[in-house]
Amino acid sequence: MRFIKGFFQFWYDFIVGDCWQIALGVVLVLGLGAWLARGEIVSKTAIPPIVGIGIVAVVLASLLITSKPKAKH
Amino acid sequence: MTSSTIGLMIAVFVASFVECVEAFTIVLAMGLTRSWKAAIAGTITALVALALVVVLVGNSIGSYINASVLQLLIGTLLLIFGLQWLRKAVLRSSGLKALHDEEAIFKEEQEAARRAGRETKAGLDWFAFVVSFKGMFLEGIEVAFITVTIGLSARDDNPDALFHASMAALAAAPVVLVMGLIARKPLSKVPENALKFSVALMLVAFGVYWAAEGIGYFSPSKESFEWPTGKWALVWLLGGWSLISYIAVRALKRYHNARGLSIHSTAASKTSV
Repeated sequence: MRFIKGFFQFWYDFIVGDCWQIALGVVLVLGLGAWLARGEIVSKTAIPPIVGIGIVAVVLASLLITSKPKAKH
Repeated sequence: MTSSTIGLMIAVFVASFVECVEAFTIVLAMGLTRSWKAAIAGTITALVALALVVVLVGNSIGSYINASVLQLLIGTLLLIFGLQWLRKAVLRSSGLKALHDEEAIFKEEQEAARRAGRETKAGLDWFAFVVSFKGMFLEGIEVAFITVTIGLSARDDNPDALFHASMAALAAAPVVLVMGLIARKPLSKVPENALKFSVALMLVAFGVYWAAEGIGYFSPSKESFEWPTGKWALVWLLGGWSLISYIAVRALKRYHNARGLSIHSTAASKTSV
């Protein structure tokens, strides 16, 4: 059991690292893209650029959060 | 060989080069402080293990999954991984995170090697063998990951993409070895952050490109989408991400200089190197 937990922990740390917000943001943006694709809500040519813009927003948000000064107690 | 294949090979080569430099620091520390035989044995064992990973994972995954699903899955993994690298590179460039210091790591590894006990197994200094193996394997797994993801995602355009990516990854090791033999010390003058920044931009560009195309699996036709301007989108993506990263670095530097903040006073300092 410990081996299995360690295995998944290794790959989580490897791919997601210390910023889970980026991974979550990417999944949400791709989920939005999948929803647009499934419902044919916009033309299929527009979906990749929409996804690209969404990813940019995720990264900028992550950088803003990470660069905030530490809270003083 | 198409221009996109050359681009992929460059991305994999540079990623492999940077990781080989980091692994070289660890192996050099073990070789100089403990045992060259054990350090080299650990390195070769790790390289063989990594080659097996690439061959087994690369060939098995690619055979059983629908092309669009594969593009989406691999593109997503590559994108998340690449964004990790890009985020750290931006933070380092803007002074909010410490730069990777090969000299400091070399001294730490040497210190640990001097303090460790002298256990021998199979005629090898076991500490030196294990540390060299782990160092080479852990640095190399990042290269293996990039090689497999890029190689599999590019198969539609180039059926030999995995082979080309593997060759590009392997080519970096002898280059680093020769540089190391000439320098005879940690390769601290290699501009690691700049190289990681450029690799991160390429990984993110490829990741966005493929993940967005793979979303086509969810459309009624279940076929991959295509970006406007086709393959040229990779160029626009790379250029766009470069510009966004440049602006982000400038903005972060200005914002934090204005507030007199350092790498120790932001949340970024908590993040691992």
